[in-house]
Formats: sequence, C-alpha cells, structure tokens
Amino acid sequence: MSEKTYSSNEVQLVVFKLGREEYGVSILQVQEIKRMTDITRVPHTPEYIKGVINLRGSVLPVVDLKKRLNLPMEEYTDDTRIIIVKVEEIIVGMIVDAVSEVTAINQENIEPPQAVVSGVESSYLSGVGKMDNRLLILLNLLAIIGIGQDAAKAG
Amino acid sequence: MDTNQYMGMFLEESREHLQTLNRCLLDLENDPGNLSVLDEIFRSAHTIKGMSATMGFTTIAELTHEMENILDLLRRSLLQADSTSVDTLFKCVDTLEQLVESVANNTGENLDVKPLVAKLKALGKGEKPAAAPAKTVATEPTPASPSDSQLTVKLTDDEMDDVKDAHNKGLRGYEVQVSLREGCLLKSARAYMVMSALDELGDIIKSVPSVEELEKENFENSFQAIIVTDHEPEKLEATVLSISEIEKAVVLPCVLPDWLQPATPPAPPAAVGVVAEIQVAAVDKPADRAKTGKPAAETAGGDKKLKGGQSVRVDIDKLDSLLNLVGELVINKTRLEQIGITHRLVDLVETIEQMDRVTTDLQTVVMKVRMVPVGQVFNRFPRMVRDLSRELNKEINLIIQGEETELDRTVIDEIGDPLVHLLRNSIDHGIEQPAERQAKGKNPVGDVRLIARHEGNNVIIMVEDDGKGINPDIVRQKAVDKGLITAAEAEKMDAAEAVRLVFLPGFSTAETVTDVSGRGVGMDAVKTKIESLGGMVDVETKINEGSKFKIRLPLTLAIIQALLVKVCEEIYAIPLGSIDSTINITPDDIKTIQNQEVILLRGQIIPIVRLLNVLNVPDTNADRPEELFVVIVHMGEHRAGIIVDTLIGQQEIVIKSLGKLLAGIKVIAGATILGNGQVALILDVGALKQ
Repeated sequence: MSEKTYSSNEVQLVVFKLGREEYGVSILQVQEIKRMTDITRVPHTPEYIKGVINLRGSVLPVVDLKKRLNLPMEEYTDDTRIIIVKVEEIIVGMIVDAVSEVTAINQENIEPPQAVVSGVESSYLSGVGKMDNRLLILLNLLAIIGIGQDAAKAG
Repeated sequence: MDTNQYMGMFLEESREHLQTLNRCLLDLENDPGNLSVLDEIFRSAHTIKGMSATMGFTTIAELTHEMENILDLLRRSLLQADSTSVDTLFKCVDTLEQLVESVANNTGENLDVKPLVAKLKALGKGEKPAAAPAKTVATEPTPASPSDSQLTVKLTDDEMDDVKDAHNKGLRGYEVQVSLREGCLLKSARAYMVMSALDELGDIIKSVPSVEELEKENFENSFQAIIVTDHEPEKLEATVLSISEIEKAVVLPCVLPDWLQPATPPAPPAAVGVVAEIQVAAVDKPADRAKTGKPAAETAGGDKKLKGGQSVRVDIDKLDSLLNLVGELVINKTRLEQIGITHRLVDLVETIEQMDRVTTDLQTVVMKVRMVPVGQVFNRFPRMVRDLSRELNKEINLIIQGEETELDRTVIDEIGDPLVHLLRNSIDHGIEQPAERQAKGKNPVGDVRLIARHEGNNVIIMVEDDGKGINPDIVRQKAVDKGLITAAEAEKMDAAEAVRLVFLPGFSTAETVTDVSGRGVGMDAVKTKIESLGGMVDVETKINEGSKFKIRLPLTLAIIQALLVKVCEEIYAIPLGSIDSTINITPDDIKTIQNQEVILLRGQIIPIVRLLNVLNVPDTNADRPEELFVVIVHMGEHRAGIIVDTLIGQQEIVIKSLGKLLAGIKVIAGATILGNGQVALILDVGALKQ
C-alpha cells in the first residue's frame, strides 16, 4: 500500500456515514463540507427537503439524506455534517451523520448495485465499492436530488 | 483584424444610433426644413456606416451609404423632405434594424437590400438634374486616387491652380499628414472627424486617399489632406491632435513645382466658382454644412469625445454581482453590530455606525447605477404610433411625459412589450376614426398619453387615451358569451369590475380582428407580465371620454422593503408594497361566512388567512394569545388579512432566488438573508388566496 498511484482507473471518494453504513460520492461532485447550521424550513416541499441554508450569501436547498433513502432517523449530533454537492449545475446540501475520510478506489472493485442493499432503493445507487473488508455504497446523486422529478411540486 | 471583441460595442452603438435615426426622422417629418435634425441624422447614419464597414458588414454599410447620398441631397435642399423620401428613409432604418438584429443573432446579413438601394438611387436621381451642373464640375478634379503610401501628395494641375489661387488671396496651402493610433477602432469615423475639423479651418483641396476611399476605410493607418487656410500650421496640428485616437499629425507647407515662378497669372474670374465646387467634391458633407450656414461645431467628433469621458458601458451581470456583494456586506455589518451590542464594545459600535453610513451610501449608489430612465423604452414609441396611425387612418397625438423617471434595468428590459400592447390597444380600440370623433364634437386628432412618474417606492406608468372608452355592458356580454363568467356573475359586477374582465385570458373586445391588436391575447399577457415584475395593472374608463391603464411597478426587483413577521418559530417577509395596514384583533372578531373566516374592517368584509395553516408551520405555541396580529394585504383589487404571531419590523431585504430545485413553490416568492445570517422566506401575497 506504500506505493499509492492514482491511475485513471481510480476514483476518489468522499466517504461518509449514514447510521452504521458507509457511503461514498465522487470527490469531483463535492464542493465543500459544512458543520450543521440553521436550516430554514420551506413549506410545500417533499419531506426529505430539510429546508434552505445561507452559504456565503447564496440560498441553497438541503436534503436530509437519511430521510431520502428511507433510513431510520436519529438526532443530529456534533458529527453531523452538510456535504455541499454540485450536480448538473444545481448545488445542494446533503445532511449526513459523519464524514469519515477521502479515499481512492479502483474501478475494478466497484460492482453494479444489487437489487436491494440494506433497504435502499437501487435507483439511488450507482454501485458498491469493495475495499478490504469494507463495503462502500456509491450514490447516484442525480436520482437522489430528484432532478427531473420536480421535487418542489411533489409536496 | 479580429473584430469579435468589438461586437457587443458595435451592436449596442448601432441600436443607439438607429434609435436616434428613428427619433430624428420623426422630427424631420414634422419640420422638414430643420437642418440641425438632418445633421444629426447624417451623423448617426455615417457612424453606422463607418462601424459596419469596420466590422465587415457590407450590406449595412452599403445601405447606409445610399442613405447618406439621399440625406446629402436633402441637406442641400436638392430634394424635398416629403413623405416619399422620409418614408423611404424610415424603411431603410427598419431594414437596418433587422440587419443589426440578424447580426446579433449570428444569422448574418441575409436580407436583400437591393430593392431598397434601387429605390434610394431612384429617389436620388429624381432630383439629380438640379444638382448635375455642380456635380460634374465637382467630380472632375479629384479622380479616385489609390491609397499609395507616398509622403507628399501629388497635385493635378487643376488642384495646383487652386492652391496658387488661394495663395494669391493671402491664404496658405498645407499638407496635413495624419496617422491614426494602432488598433483604432473606427478608422473611417476618425478620418471623417479629422476632415470635418480641417474643413472648418479652411478649404480642403484634396485628400489621399480620396474621401470616398476614406469612408470605405480603404486606407492603412495614415492619410493626407491638402488644405488652404489662413490659420497657422500649429493651429491645424493642434486641431487634428485634439481628436481622439490620432497618433501623429504633421503639417507641412505646400511646395508647388513651379513655385519659384512668381509671375503666376491671376486666375480667371471663373476659377473662383470652381474652387467652391471643388470643396464640394473633396469633402462633400462638411463643406455643405458650412454652406447652409449651420455652425458645424457639434460634429460627430465632439459628441463622441464627451460621451467617452463621461460614461462606461458595463455588463449587467457585473452590476448584479456588485449588488450581491453589497448585500453581503450589509449582512456582515449587521452581524458585527450584534457582536458590539452583546459584548458592550463601545468602540466597535461607534466604528460600525460610521461603517453603516458608508454601506448605506454604497448601497444607494449601486442601486442608482442600475437605474435607467424609462425614456430608453419610450423612445421607440413615437415611431410605432406614427406607423399605426397611418395604417389605421387615425390621427394620433402621442404625448410622452416623465421619460426621465428611472427604473431598475431588469424592469426596463421587460416593460417594453406590455406597453406596446397597451398603446396598440389604445390606438386601435380606443381612439375613434377622425370622422366619428368630429361627430362626437371631439378634436379629430386623438390624444394618447404615456406618462411615467414616481409614487413612493413605486413607479407609475400610465397609458391614457381620449377615445371611446370601454363599455362595461359590452364587456360583460362578451365575457358571458365566451364562457369566461356566468350571466349571474356578470349581473353582480359593478361597472369597474366588469371593465377589469378585459384582463381575463382569452378576452378580446375588438369587433374585427385586426393586424394591430385583438387576437385575444393582449391584456391577459400584459397583466401576467406586469405581475411577474412585481407590479400591478388597473384600468379606469369612461364611455366617450377615454380609458386610462395604470401600471404600478416596484423601483427595483433586487432590494425591497418588507415587513418581517413571526409565525411560531419561523420568520417570513411580506413585501411592503402589498401591505395596506396592520391591525390587532381578538379571536372573537373573526366570523365565518360559508366556512370562510372573515373580519370586518371599516365596514368591509375581509377574508383572513392563517399563515400557520397555509404554510403548515409546526405549531409550537400551545396557547394562542388573546390578541392577534393581522396584516392587511391587497392582491390586485382583492384584500385579505394574514394572521401572524408577532410583527418584527420593517426592513430592507435583498431578494435571493430559491434555485432551480425549489422553483415554483406556491406562496413563496423567494428568500432573503437576515442580519443574523439566517434565511427567511418571502411570501408571495398574490398566491395566498388559493
């Protein structure tokens, strides 16, 4: 492991936790990671849209990722973070339980999503990464953020 | 030369000049003898020609060139500024507009201007006989010389005679060598400015390259002119150098080959006349300007220079980001203020007070920078009204007032179309035919007024006519016929309400569908547009006296005054523009009519809206207080009361969009950032009434 090379076959991931599972998103989609902040609730939006925050003068929507993936909800803690991601020119915050690390994984070790991984709907997944004895669930942000599904009008 | 970077500049300036052309042509039509207007037209046409030639838009250049020929004839009174010639010129301006727009859309100049050019040529020829004798003499002595790079201009015999002749009269001949600065944008325009400046000081005998070539920009960076004058060479040099983008000007006395023979026979008397004609040939236009007795002081050059020093064109995006930054600054200042207060730091508080003044000023200045006079939009209406009145055979007197009233740039860009609709409606449906007007004892010429003025935090724009007005009964009937309302509903409406039916989608009162208006989309579109700008439109009318459409617009879309209110733990902003008043009531004051909660305010029944329910606010206040705060708002002509928990106060807020993902939420118009960095949502009052 001492000879770490970044070949084109490798993807760098931001790894974070939701409950006890580990998830990953491509670092290229991540803009920044923020501590929990005041979130303003926006009426008439789907439940998983937690509200909007002020990110240096811009107003950004924030998605509660656990609610979006239908995972059991827990209280926010000191470890709770908002990962700001950019997908198709839309910038959104995602609330996660904790951000653990940035890591590289070889494409060969990424498998297509199985029908059901720990109860998460497969359309939200883009694959499962295997690292030693860990499993990283890779998310399909496009589907999660709900572009093209008209999230605002669903509520 | 890579002209792409100048494209924006070219388009904007061309549009400006086309606007000027339209305005001046109208003036000319009303006052055909006005030479100063003609001069202005000439300058604009000439600038467009120069610019388009530089940019390589030959069609535009060709058309403007032909226009210039006609304008020249007009200026020399060899052609009358009658309806034929003015109409043709108007057509040219229209075509130029289309050409410029097609250039803007990157579709290229694909219009065929040949018929128009032919028309212009015919128009010019129609009057040629009168001009012919002068012209023939004039053109002879100056054969188009190729732009050779020789340093000294070679004169033909005739020209030498002119110089000698002038010399005998105590004038001096000079050769002026002018070099333009490297990268000069509009070479032909600069050359033209030099030539006209020189022409004011003396008589230009010749130029190399010829004036035609200069105008076509067929020259490198330098050109020469031979001038006879009684001014000192220093004066000539200074004059030329005072024109911008001139690199160098050298003035040398003319030395003729046979200069050493002093016994030059005096020129025959006829030659004097020839000299005069030669001026015409060499620098056709400026010479003529001098002839008409009009001081040529305000040449294109003078105007240009003034403008260049006083204003800068800025991309609106840059202003937007500037405004955003100022908003940020204000928010951060408020945070500092809070720190100073909580920690009782007197020094900090005092400093922040200073800073407060600066930021407030900064904000005002930035807002002002974004303001543009509505005149920019109004300018194009006289032309439109003229065309319409001709088309409809009506006589219209358009009166424009308050064009200096300023509005935010974003509003200005959007307001044009609705105003066009309203004006067309007034002219088409409002103003009657002259005969009909006379029968009614009215002035056969109909008045249409377009008025803009400030009113508090709003700008009011009114379109008024003294036409036949809108008959509420006809409107009612039409609305029922079209199934927009039921007969019973129509019964209940008073006249004012009935007239407002014209704003309903799919309504058109014109008895016949005309080219001008009456396709049933007009008023509805106007209303939607105005409301999307945060404004309102209303109509007042009296049969046979006329109608008045009143548009109320916010000064700006970016920063508004708002009332902050609290519902449980959540803070919302209500735009002050839609608030009538705030009142206190007790729960007992709320009555129910057909399951709708209402209150009685000064004898009026006002439906109430509980924000808690409309916004699904999580209810944290277990016991409601005895006193309720109600914010009375108006949505168009309707009013409603909004029940809130607390009134926080009035504040200036910067409107931020909620972004693509959350766009289209009912009831919420946007968001803003409060002093503590928190986001508050802005209520869309218009959408509250479900």
